[in-house]
Amino acid sequence: MKLLAIDTTTEACSAALSINGAISERYEIAPRQHATLILPMIDSLLSEAGITLAQMDAIAFGRGPGAFTGVRIGVGVVQGVAFSIERPVVPVSSLAAMAHGAMAGFNATNVLAGIDARMGEVYWGAYQRSSDGGVRAVGEESVCGADETFIPETGRWIGVGTAWQSYSEVLAARCGGRLDQLHPAIFPRACDIAALGVIGFAAGEGVSADEAQPVYLRNNVARKRGDSV
Amino acid sequence: MRVLGIETSCDETGVAIYDSERGLLSDLLYSQVAMHAEYGGVVPELASRDHVRKLLPLIREAMQQADTTREQIDGIAYTAGPGLVGALLVGAAIGRSLAWGWNLPAVGVHHLEGHLLAPMLEENPPPFPFIALLVSGGHTMLITVEGVGRYQIIGESLDDAVGEAFDKTAKLLDLGYPGGPALEQIATKGDGTRFRFPRPMTGRPGLDFSFSGLKTFAMNTLHANEITEQTRADIALAFQTAAVETLAIKCQRAIRETGIKQLVVAGGVSANRALRERLDRLALKERAQVAYPRLKFCTDNGAMIAYAGCLRLQAGEREPPAFEARARWPMDTVTAL
Repeated sequence: MKLLAIDTTTEACSAALSINGAISERYEIAPRQHATLILPMIDSLLSEAGITLAQMDAIAFGRGPGAFTGVRIGVGVVQGVAFSIERPVVPVSSLAAMAHGAMAGFNATNVLAGIDARMGEVYWGAYQRSSDGGVRAVGEESVCGADETFIPETGRWIGVGTAWQSYSEVLAARCGGRLDQLHPAIFPRACDIAALGVIGFAAGEGVSADEAQPVYLRNNVARKRGDSV
Repeated sequence: MRVLGIETSCDETGVAIYDSERGLLSDLLYSQVAMHAEYGGVVPELASRDHVRKLLPLIREAMQQADTTREQIDGIAYTAGPGLVGALLVGAAIGRSLAWGWNLPAVGVHHLEGHLLAPMLEENPPPFPFIALLVSGGHTMLITVEGVGRYQIIGESLDDAVGEAFDKTAKLLDLGYPGGPALEQIATKGDGTRFRFPRPMTGRPGLDFSFSGLKTFAMNTLHANEITEQTRADIALAFQTAAVETLAIKCQRAIRETGIKQLVVAGGVSANRALRERLDRLALKERAQVAYPRLKFCTDNGAMIAYAGCLRLQAGEREPPAFEARARWPMDTVTAL
């Protein structure tokens, strides 16, 4: 199984290659440079591995939530690349990718992943390690105020992502005494998108390039004429 | 050379395939106008969201209609600016990445260069040099076109674009958005002797325009009169006459100052019949030629991007595997071929 993965949903930009389970990655914190960095990152991974794009079985991508423009750059790139070789794509949640990274990096089983969504809100999700090496969402991903975030009623948790930088006190208080660790400087990474993408592909989650679409979570972006303020 | 062209700079998704030997093979457009009308204007975030849904299916369809396989495409061109950055980025990301995947050259095209070269897609293209009057919801410009990439802006609007003034005045007259065409419609019932609107910036030398005052004049006129169907029609006509007359006066000056006797009119406002009639009369008087590309090529479209991109790719222009969207992109920094 050969899978290419990219993520451009936040200020981080990354690409990864999974070849029969072995993952290589390019990763940079590079706000507003995704359009310049992402294709060369893929290029360098492929040439390092000595394989071509056409040999890929599928392409996974961070489908959001995250910065609208970043999410669309990733979707646009993955649509173009996947259509060029007519391969399926596997959409992966950026929040789930953060949780997966935290489970591996901090040996955690329960993760509360949050991205600062600006405008006083956070993109939020709770995840548990699943038996297949992936992650399982507890409840639904949402965009909401820090004081409205969903915290599962049981278990001990670790918090990751920029939401924990902006709203650490409110979020920690909501966890009661059940917060073990806090890692705000965690971003979605393509190595985790790749790992989850392989699992998702095996589970039949591959779709056509056209169906590679963003998940914004925040959808009330404009008011129609006549709507009340 | 066969080129896939992609346009996503504002609220229209355009895809076309142009072949340097066989001409335009397909030209598809998906317009978001109806969606934005509910909001009273283009909402950039919604435009971007719609492009990312519509573009790839449109590319598939354009290839099918052109009976073109991936092996037959030699390059990809996309609009790189100026325009709405989020909207541009969708076309740039998909177009550049598709070219990368196919191992083809790609080029980012200046949106206005597309408009300036669109008349070349017609059967009897105007010869260089020509003066282009670009009139749309986003632009009002007089440009001398000496050749591909050799553009000089000789006049432009200092505030509202003329199409924007049409739409805003139409909104005042309760004609909805975008109301330019509706304004033209009710103007046909107007009494041209009732109101006289000013011709902005025609009393002094120069080729620049200003249209925001006309809209204000329309508002004041509306408030000073009893609002009836007839008043609205009379205001529509007075506004249109003033806008058209102003454009014609500046075109006349441009012809006389440059000595160039070929005029090309592009942009959505070039569909306006009163403008066409007035410029036809001007051309007769000045012994000049005036060309209007078909309306499909006047408004935003993929064909003009495919065509301009084809010329640039044929000239050997190449881009690194990266893409860029520019909200602003001065015309005089476009490279000459």
